[in-house]
Amino acid sequence: MDFANFLIQLLNSLQYGLLLFMLAAGLTLIFGIMGVVNLAHGSFYMLGAYLAWFLASQFDSLVLAIVVGTLIAVALGWALEWLLFRHFYHRDHLDQVLLTFGLIYIFEEVRSILWGDDVHSVAVPELVNWSIPLTENLSYPVYRLVISAVCVALALGLYFLISKTRLGMKIRAGAFNREMTEALGINIRLIHGVVFALGVALAAIAGMIASPISSVYPGMGSSVLIMCFVVVVIGGIGSVRGALVSALLVGLVDTFGKVLVPQIAGMAVYMLMAGVLLYKPEGLFKQ
Amino acid sequence: MSSPKATLEMLPKGVQALLALGAVALAAFPLIPSDSSDFYLQMLSQMMILAIFAMSLDLLQGVTGLVSLGHAAYFGLAGYALAFLTPADVPVSLWWSLPVAALGAGLAALVIGFFVVRTHGIYFIMVTMAFAQMVFFLFFDNKELGGSDGLYVNFRPDASLFGWTGIDLENKTTFFYFTLAMLVSIYAFLRRLLFSPFGRVLAGIRVNEHRMRAVGYGTFGYKLAAFGLAGTLAGVAGYLWAAQTGFVNPELMGFHMSAHAIMMVILGGMGNFAGAIVGAFAFEYVMHFFKDLTKHWQLLMGSFIVLVVVFAPRGLLGLGERFMKKKDVA
Repeated sequence: MDFANFLIQLLNSLQYGLLLFMLAAGLTLIFGIMGVVNLAHGSFYMLGAYLAWFLASQFDSLVLAIVVGTLIAVALGWALEWLLFRHFYHRDHLDQVLLTFGLIYIFEEVRSILWGDDVHSVAVPELVNWSIPLTENLSYPVYRLVISAVCVALALGLYFLISKTRLGMKIRAGAFNREMTEALGINIRLIHGVVFALGVALAAIAGMIASPISSVYPGMGSSVLIMCFVVVVIGGIGSVRGALVSALLVGLVDTFGKVLVPQIAGMAVYMLMAGVLLYKPEGLFKQ
Repeated sequence: MSSPKATLEMLPKGVQALLALGAVALAAFPLIPSDSSDFYLQMLSQMMILAIFAMSLDLLQGVTGLVSLGHAAYFGLAGYALAFLTPADVPVSLWWSLPVAALGAGLAALVIGFFVVRTHGIYFIMVTMAFAQMVFFLFFDNKELGGSDGLYVNFRPDASLFGWTGIDLENKTTFFYFTLAMLVSIYAFLRRLLFSPFGRVLAGIRVNEHRMRAVGYGTFGYKLAAFGLAGTLAGVAGYLWAAQTGFVNPELMGFHMSAHAIMMVILGGMGNFAGAIVGAFAFEYVMHFFKDLTKHWQLLMGSFIVLVVVFAPRGLLGLGERFMKKKDVA
């Protein structure tokens, strides 16, 4: 593998890892703070991609579609938390698994009723629809760099929100000791709603910004969900920092696995997970 | 997070009588002459196979308190084993291929269990799911293993023994009775196991693993043994499934199959194996019913699952239990 090729794969793995982080961050936050395991998290990714496709065709602008789509995702997350999830924080994980599995079916069918079962593609915005030439016949599409940049910006924003703001302080307090936080007069239910909506929005944004490079298709949520689980397990459940490190690691192993050992590429990531579990059964960054 | 509660470990007389009645009704079913009996025979056979699968999961989920979201892997592996063991031109003998397939699935469960059993709670759920997905991709990505299309099982296994050909599994009625016999014997075995010292330790792990360790039980070994045994029994079910349907594909080990098994156990009521059987029949019936009703069956199925979890998390037997308790008070 020459250097240009290596660089392309490295950038691809970075972009994939960062995208996974957006999904895994929401999953791990929701678990860490509310104690809920959410199998339907991949569905939010799928819904985000379909929203981007549908809204972009309505507004003729992907950026506007993403803005409106994010607002819809926040509203959906808020409503779901209020109607369903808040009643499941103290239930068995088993019940949560089943509830959210049922939701997968419901979201798939809602998607099918609203937008059909066809595969769609979303156009890359004109402004960033060009490539940086690396060698004579190799080049790198700018839009993939834009995805990475958006993810990095959102990751930094998330970091700032959680560790530097008053709201973030309340979120951390709620994760640490729910009863005590409530006793101090903080509206923990409101915090839960915010965190859940945030997680849903992150997953939907990931689906929206990824839609121009991965086509929009039914069932796109389930494959990404399982990758998210792997990321969260390796990183340590509840740890956003762990999710970042592990998402980048998974991105590297998956991308280079496909190039170097294509026969077992599908399994490479799981072997990484098995290895981590052997030494750190609770993930790299246990909370 | 409390650990999942078992429903009705000891079955009340009423439930026992109902189960016995159900078994008799099943056994009598092929005797009823009907035009579409072939169709129903196959459907009931499939339900019984899924009931075996659900019982094997119940050993983990309801008895030991280990919620596996990847149990379909062992179901599928044994099905694939039958596909590979069956030559292109002749059937394979049931008497060695069934044990080989089931033990193969059990061995895979032991290997994967070695990694997953050291995790707890939510980790266990995620990790079992991830490993099942690994097995799924192994078969999905490799053309030599059938790829995404899967493989055909050209013949049902041959059950002749030393020249005696009393059991012909190609015959639908015979296959039905064979499956019923497997279902009843595995149920009897698991019920016996539940109240054996081994089963008591597993139940103890569900209730409080720390205490079991403090009392001196090596819980890792017990959990691993349960995981392996559950994988083996899931393998029996997967073998029968492949024999009945005549083909295997990666979907058999997929995420949906695993989640359906959990749902069956929950729907019936877990921790007593009878619930798993009831749940498997009820779940399959509901699924067929919705699929016949509308092409938007996923919406109904999803709502059904959500409603069961919200209103009857302890399953049908749990509802029965509540009803009976009220009667006791009165």
